[in-house]
Amino acid sequence: MSPQITPIADTAQDLELSERILAPDGSRVPNPRLDPFVADVDDAQLRSLLRDMIILRRIDAEGVALQRQGQLGLWAPCQGQEATQIGTARALSPQDFVFPSYRETGVIYSRGAQPADYVRMWRGEEGASYDPAVLGMAPLQIIIGAQTLHAVGYALGIQHDGTDEVAVTYFGDGATSQGDVNEAMIFASSYQAPVVFVCQNNHWAISEPVTVQSQYPIAGRAPGFGIPSVRVDGNDVLACMAAMRWALDHARSGKGPAYIEAVTYRMGPHTTADDPTRYRDEAELASWRRRDPITRLEAHLRAAGELSDDDVAETQAAADAVAKEMRAACLGMVTRPALAVFDGVYAEPHAGLDRQRAEYAAYLATFESGV
Amino acid sequence: MTLGKALGAGLRRAMQDDDKVVLLGEDIGRLGGVFRITDGLLDEFGAARVIDTPLAESGIVGTAVGLAFRGYRPVVEIQFDGFVYPAFDQIVAQVAKLHYRTQGRVKMPLTIRIPWAGGIGAAEHHSESPEAYFVHTAGLRVVAVSNPQDAYRSLRQAIASDDPVIFFEPKRLYHHKGEVELDAPLADAPPMGLARVVRAGTDATLITYGAMVSTALQAAEAAEDEGISLEVIDLRSLSPVDYDSVAASVRKTGRVVVAHEASREAGVAAEVIASITERCFEYLESAPLRVTGHDVPYPPAKLEKYHLPDLDRLLDAVDRVLDRPNSLTGADA
Repeated sequence: MSPQITPIADTAQDLELSERILAPDGSRVPNPRLDPFVADVDDAQLRSLLRDMIILRRIDAEGVALQRQGQLGLWAPCQGQEATQIGTARALSPQDFVFPSYRETGVIYSRGAQPADYVRMWRGEEGASYDPAVLGMAPLQIIIGAQTLHAVGYALGIQHDGTDEVAVTYFGDGATSQGDVNEAMIFASSYQAPVVFVCQNNHWAISEPVTVQSQYPIAGRAPGFGIPSVRVDGNDVLACMAAMRWALDHARSGKGPAYIEAVTYRMGPHTTADDPTRYRDEAELASWRRRDPITRLEAHLRAAGELSDDDVAETQAAADAVAKEMRAACLGMVTRPALAVFDGVYAEPHAGLDRQRAEYAAYLATFESGV
Repeated sequence: MTLGKALGAGLRRAMQDDDKVVLLGEDIGRLGGVFRITDGLLDEFGAARVIDTPLAESGIVGTAVGLAFRGYRPVVEIQFDGFVYPAFDQIVAQVAKLHYRTQGRVKMPLTIRIPWAGGIGAAEHHSESPEAYFVHTAGLRVVAVSNPQDAYRSLRQAIASDDPVIFFEPKRLYHHKGEVELDAPLADAPPMGLARVVRAGTDATLITYGAMVSTALQAAEAAEDEGISLEVIDLRSLSPVDYDSVAASVRKTGRVVVAHEASREAGVAAEVIASITERCFEYLESAPLRVTGHDVPYPPAKLEKYHLPDLDRLLDAVDRVLDRPNSLTGADA
């Protein structure tokens, strides 16, 4: 499952090189490679995938709104990447462990997040948004690509333990230029570690187009490391799910790592601090709106007579309810007291830091009101 | 037993005690490491626990982070001190922070062993003293050993610790011999964070760590010939520093020299002296002095003797903190 050796020149050509099951208009196209992996997906499951994507988009919009209202320091929107995240994450088993970057809101959602889990870190309350053991997911990673190595190490542990779990790591097209990502692929290949690499090629690393990172389809790099890869239309939730099932089967059955490049598009800014109008054309964004992952699946289901206006309205209401809970959880957070700044630096007593903590506590105690 | 063999014995014992202990590094398997510290461990524990890695230091440490997520207790060998820099991000941004970020939910019980420092006539990038970078990084513990007994015990303590430990091994002492009690309970050993008074004295305190402890002891012997009593402290741990022991000595002697091979600016000696000044300023009879490597890149091997603090440079500083004429030149302080 490797792409042809063709330089990527523009978006249209780029997309033609990726596997898909649903065309942008929602029609189903035969795909002998991927179809077997989603043969069991019926209309009810498709509706469920649509529901997840709609809720995710609503969570994402709420994150942006909360940031604009001063309730979050920053938010990294994933609008446009719903199919990639929901399609791949829905293929995971609960015992699999995920090493994400910072834009994987959809993966957090799929792992069973509580409302506060989306925002704890972005609000600045905690260094990690959720309990890794509960979600089966490492904390969000801001250093580009660093988490890919962690996934490989975790996978070595799985291998050593002799279980059939898989470690999964998500990263973007920009990360593929990082040494850590390339080292992760080497380590994964050398030890045939049960790890799945999911590259979300959303075409932009802040202001740099993907062509600055690679003049070659990114999935095409993996075979050079001895890792089989597949390049899918990242706005096709079925193709993403099929590719992930292929990759997970491969890793779970002891055949070593697998690599997915999901070709998608970041419809919003890099983060709420970014202004994409400075570096990309409105026409490009408009062209990707026509490939929207949600409207694609919705069109498919409506054409099949499997989706009613009532279904959509109910889902939107459910999405609004999730967003409301997320907002309430965010606004209800209580910042930890001053001395919590010292908590958790070390697992065991550290004389130097313990003294600093005591000194700061004594300083705080000099204020009449306390802190 | 040599210091190198003591380290190997410590690794073996830690692996016997806890099957979650795994080793990762370049050439640590069949070769036994370029310094042979892991000699025999591959045969004893197998390739799943003694892992020869690709030549990528960030990859080694990053992979160890993932193993720690999985509940393992990885021990990483960085082949030479100067090769740790490619792993700097993983150590400083990942290893050091994950426990803090997750409020202790994720433990990072890594031990990162670094054959360390100069004096062996090595090629470029093989004689570095990068300890201050790691001391400056919250979330790491930093240990520097100076003798076989300490090497054996401290390494086991570092591996058993739930915190990440940067473990510096003075490579010019790898072949130095000393008594090692292999079977004494670890619980009876001095805790990892404590300094040790290796020679008691009354006139001035000489503080150092690693291979320089030997040099400091030689200086103390030479000084004794001139009727000067030097107290020598082996810090053993650079994060945390055992300031209780340091301050107790300085309060006794009132005069202090801090020495290390690493360059001076913003180095460990600067921090130690600042802390001494904060804690026992009123006990000081003279300004504390540093004896360190110069603020130059580590020089070519033929020049390293002009860079590394030696016996005479230590004694010169001792003369100055004691306000006495230079013992070599007779010049006034």
